[in-house]
Amino acid sequence: MDYGLTEQQREIVELARQIAQKKIKPVREHYDKTEEFPWPIVEEIAKADLFAVYLPEECGGLGGGTLELALVAEELSKACGGIALSVATSALCAIPILLYGTPQQRKRWLSELASGKRLGAFTITEPGAGSDATATKAAARLDGDHYVLNGIKNFCSTGSAAELYTVFASTNPNRGARGISAFVVEKGTPGFTFGKKEEKMGIRANSTYELVFENCRIPKENLLYKEGYGLFVAQDTFDCSRPGVAAQALGIAQGALDETLAYIRMRKQFGQSISSFQAIQHMMADCATSIEAGRALLYSTCRAMDRELKPAVDKAIQEGTTVFEAMEKLGSRRWTKESGMCKVFCSDTAMRVTTDCVQMCGGIGYMRDFPVEKYMRDAKITQIYEGTNQIQRNEIAMMMIKEAASKSRKELVSA
Amino acid sequence: MNIVVCVKQTPASANLPIDLATGRIKTEGLQLGVNPFDEYAIEEALRLKERLPGSSVSVLSFGAAAAEEALRSALALGCDEGILLYDPAFEQSDSLATAHLLCAAVRKLSKAKGAVALVLCGKQTNDGESGQVGAALGAWLDWPAASCVKKIPQADDSKIVVERLMEDGVDTVELPLPAVVSVIKGINEPRLPSLKGKMAAKKAVVARWGQAELAADVSQIGASSASVVVKTAPPETRSAGMTVPGGSPEEKAAFLVQKLKELKFI
Repeated sequence: MDYGLTEQQREIVELARQIAQKKIKPVREHYDKTEEFPWPIVEEIAKADLFAVYLPEECGGLGGGTLELALVAEELSKACGGIALSVATSALCAIPILLYGTPQQRKRWLSELASGKRLGAFTITEPGAGSDATATKAAARLDGDHYVLNGIKNFCSTGSAAELYTVFASTNPNRGARGISAFVVEKGTPGFTFGKKEEKMGIRANSTYELVFENCRIPKENLLYKEGYGLFVAQDTFDCSRPGVAAQALGIAQGALDETLAYIRMRKQFGQSISSFQAIQHMMADCATSIEAGRALLYSTCRAMDRELKPAVDKAIQEGTTVFEAMEKLGSRRWTKESGMCKVFCSDTAMRVTTDCVQMCGGIGYMRDFPVEKYMRDAKITQIYEGTNQIQRNEIAMMMIKEAASKSRKELVSA
Repeated sequence: MNIVVCVKQTPASANLPIDLATGRIKTEGLQLGVNPFDEYAIEEALRLKERLPGSSVSVLSFGAAAAEEALRSALALGCDEGILLYDPAFEQSDSLATAHLLCAAVRKLSKAKGAVALVLCGKQTNDGESGQVGAALGAWLDWPAASCVKKIPQADDSKIVVERLMEDGVDTVELPLPAVVSVIKGINEPRLPSLKGKMAAKKAVVARWGQAELAADVSQIGASSASVVVKTAPPETRSAGMTVPGGSPEEKAAFLVQKLKELKFI
């Protein structure tokens, strides 16, 4: 389907496709098996400027937005969702800085993330705080020019490999959800170490670590926006980043379907290729239809978001404010509902499509020698991270209720 | 070191349709790109540039106006300038005449930018496949030339050491500079462009040199090319081979003997 991408967007897709097919495909099995971090591929992605596509030009980016990020994530994930994740986590680290960072913070950290010379990660989950981020126990206490950070974060994607971390900790435990603040912590800061490395079901080419903060002193300038704004930072970040997860999920689904199609056209049973059987054909058609529906939803959402986000970024750069403040001035709307819809639909699609792909391939589809089962293992996480799909549905419904309430209020006023 | 890479824009696919009536490749509608062998030459030039500070890489292409795209692809990878040799008077040039045009361009570049020390070419093109242009260019320039180079272990301002792949082994050859070297697939792994490189290449000015700029010897180029095409034909397709069945060497031998008898070879 022709989605009317611009010339630059088509170039991004083409370059990401070349990296995925020429560089990632031959080595994805190795990284899946060994759980090593794919540094040589990350370097290729960085050299191609794919870490820079969604960031503003003032920070060394290429001036794109969420659609460009989604295009990269989708294309790389067609070959390996695990390797593609290093781009997604860097974005997850960059977006809070982009939205809530001062011009100085943006220049300092975003240019490093855009070049891909340093990877980024985002860490909010704790042993006792998952879907309920308000239960955050990690604490940051102001001491002179520094915050002293204590606590444990877990399941941090690109953990240890990343050098910049967006970290959420409570600066005022008495205020609960309103006491949480967001910080940027650099790897190597004394008191910041890595705990357990997780062994995972899928996305094994990405490192998942526990992060340990013990009297870790971070400069006061590393606070994003103001104390107590942490959960706003997290929520606005997720609004912008969930389309990235959706894109990763779509890429995984498309990659699995492409591999499956090649196989079922060749595989012969009862004297004919199994793709000639209607039972297989209907599964093929359902898979392709839901992928295309997901893509249409995803690209439309990204475009609508970028139409609001980019003017806010430009205004913030011009006026030397945070993007968040520029969005407030411009009266930008929130994208929680639509970005949640993208994530739910595309990741549920990915799980169903990859499961069906294994089914269509039959016995060989279940084997590690054949690439299709890996897509199924990789797909699962997209229904879980950056907010489980159950939480997404809560948020979508909450926004629907709010919208309906505000509509009926307006009707009351006009009546 | 001033390095020149010669590239040709050719069909991007390895499987080219051949017009059985004329024996020529059907080029209409084919996607075009840089000749794959030339991609290795570009990569090798860029690696030499990175090894020898102060070097520059100029890319030459003789072809139609559309060949500018091939030059832009080279610029996106990090080459410094692209020059298209284009003039209706150049049309119908054969490989010797093409080399003559490239020779005139290298000489012009040497005058304009300082002496060219090294010219890199791909071993052959994936359309014409003559494999002659590199060596012919060496002959026109009167420079030493090495073909089928698989490695460049040493290079400095005065000489270059190359490993040349032969049918029966590998020659290590030292060439004084300036020289012409044509490289084979596998000498390196060509890099991919960066997005910023691609965007800069789009805006770059690609120079165009015609007969007015080159002042090539008209008796050597275009329609005056020395070669005459008598006939062109696609290569004969080879019939499929046969696997000799049998579990043991004895069974295989017995089958083979019987087959050879059937064919009246024994």
